[in-house]
Amino acid sequence: MRVLPVGEHALLLEADTGEEAAAWHAELLRRREAGTLPPVREIVPAARTVLLDGLDGPDAVRRLAAGLAGLRPQTAPGPARAAVEIPVRYDGPDLAEVARMWGVAPGEVAAVHSAVEFRVAFCGFAPGFGYLAGLPERYGVPRRATPRASVPAGAVALAGTWTGVYPRPSPGGWQLIGTTDTVLWDTARTPAALLSPGVRVRFVPVVPVAPVAPEPAG
Amino acid sequence: MSAAGPDGAREAEVEVVRAGALTTVQDLGRPGHAHLGVPRSGALDEPAHRLANRLVGNRAHAATLETTLTGCAVRVRRAVTVAVTGAPSPVTVGGRPAAWGAAVHVPAGAVVEVGRAAAGLRAYLAFAGGIEVEPVLGSRATDLLSGLGPPPLADGAVLPVGAPHGRPADADTAVWRGPARELVLPVALGPRDDWFTAAALHTLATGRFTVSPAGNRIGLRTHGPALERARGGELPSEGMVLGAVQVPPDGRPVVFLADHPTTGGYPVVGVVPARALAAAAQAVPGTPVRFVPFRPRTAAVRHPVVPDGTRPPGGYGG
Repeated sequence: MRVLPVGEHALLLEADTGEEAAAWHAELLRRREAGTLPPVREIVPAARTVLLDGLDGPDAVRRLAAGLAGLRPQTAPGPARAAVEIPVRYDGPDLAEVARMWGVAPGEVAAVHSAVEFRVAFCGFAPGFGYLAGLPERYGVPRRATPRASVPAGAVALAGTWTGVYPRPSPGGWQLIGTTDTVLWDTARTPAALLSPGVRVRFVPVVPVAPVAPEPAG
Repeated sequence: MSAAGPDGAREAEVEVVRAGALTTVQDLGRPGHAHLGVPRSGALDEPAHRLANRLVGNRAHAATLETTLTGCAVRVRRAVTVAVTGAPSPVTVGGRPAAWGAAVHVPAGAVVEVGRAAAGLRAYLAFAGGIEVEPVLGSRATDLLSGLGPPPLADGAVLPVGAPHGRPADADTAVWRGPARELVLPVALGPRDDWFTAAALHTLATGRFTVSPAGNRIGLRTHGPALERARGGELPSEGMVLGAVQVPPDGRPVVFLADHPTTGGYPVVGVVPARALAAAAQAVPGTPVRFVPFRPRTAAVRHPVVPDGTRPPGGYGG
């Protein structure tokens, strides 16, 4: 783990893996809860890092950095909570292309994808848009060469090994494999975001599919 | 909750007569939600927003109108005290000249107009009681990146104004340092200055940059020499802060302003302290920009510490 300076009020913890970053994120949330973290405005996890922003000033940043340098995060990324279930119709316009890249039949994409338990690694791009980790490396797919000008709300999409669900209509370059009616983001409810970092997620096909092994050989 | 008088009616409303090029409702934004992908948003020239509120007796978090270059005009349906700060602009009430940078009484039915900025870019129009549109996540600010908060003003729109709850300040000073002939932006290097060549960091310090017209509330964009990367490859998305100087593939630095994305995958060469961002918010396109990189006092946090100042190996190259 490295600690990098970010201006005079923030620092960035950089881990070697996404799992280690998640463990650090959980550790920092626990410390904030326990009152053993100096006041920060934001704790922002991302792919390999956790940003701590809104510290009092350079001295607070230095002290915290020194304190963190000798620490090891607990490995368990937070207490186990029931996974959020998101019903999905696997009917996206890129389903066939994703199936081709995965080397499976189009009808099998749902089975592979819905067998995975995902974890929200971080949010970004739009309020309530979670980057969901969990797909094995071999199911990684590139972004589309040409992004779509408009992706509908509820589109379930892949890029790299990430899965995301578009909370509202927006331009987007991810591969669309399905659609959900679940509302990802609603500022009229509390919490507004269905998915926040650390939350576990399962996608449930609305049309039942024949069960297959979660990670087919090959 | 909107303010209501004894008869249950709204205290006041304003009707947009001329929305201007881009006028938005702004306050101190919605910090604390970055982990959900929610930008902080809020007034770009925060000192000017705060001063406008002080002048009309509001607390700092009351919502004001932030105009862009061409001002705006609104008709008030009830007498109200207003103040205009930020970019020095002609102010009229009912067609007659009124003071900039001071509390001004506007009678019921009159139009208060902020004209085209004589210098700078963004003016702030505060109403005693504040603009009281429904808050979203604790803020009334328009966030142009994510679409949270009220839409930008449109001609004919009607905005509620709350009940005045403080005495207008009768002795405060509107400070305007004059139009910046040159925008000087200190840059605390890091976290990804090691993604750039030594020549690029020299270019950052010495290059002739100007404010690009492509800038907006998300970021101040620059024209000028490109900063060359020391390594290829992609940076996994990481958290972004206000004032981050992000360098996209074209090499031209972008300084993140209030509506910046919460995460991003282009390397951040350094961070402009928030105190310098009000000037950035007022810099018109074409203004020369001088970046002044410095090693922040927090730089000792970099691990492992390399005594000769060269960068440790590793990272995401390749």
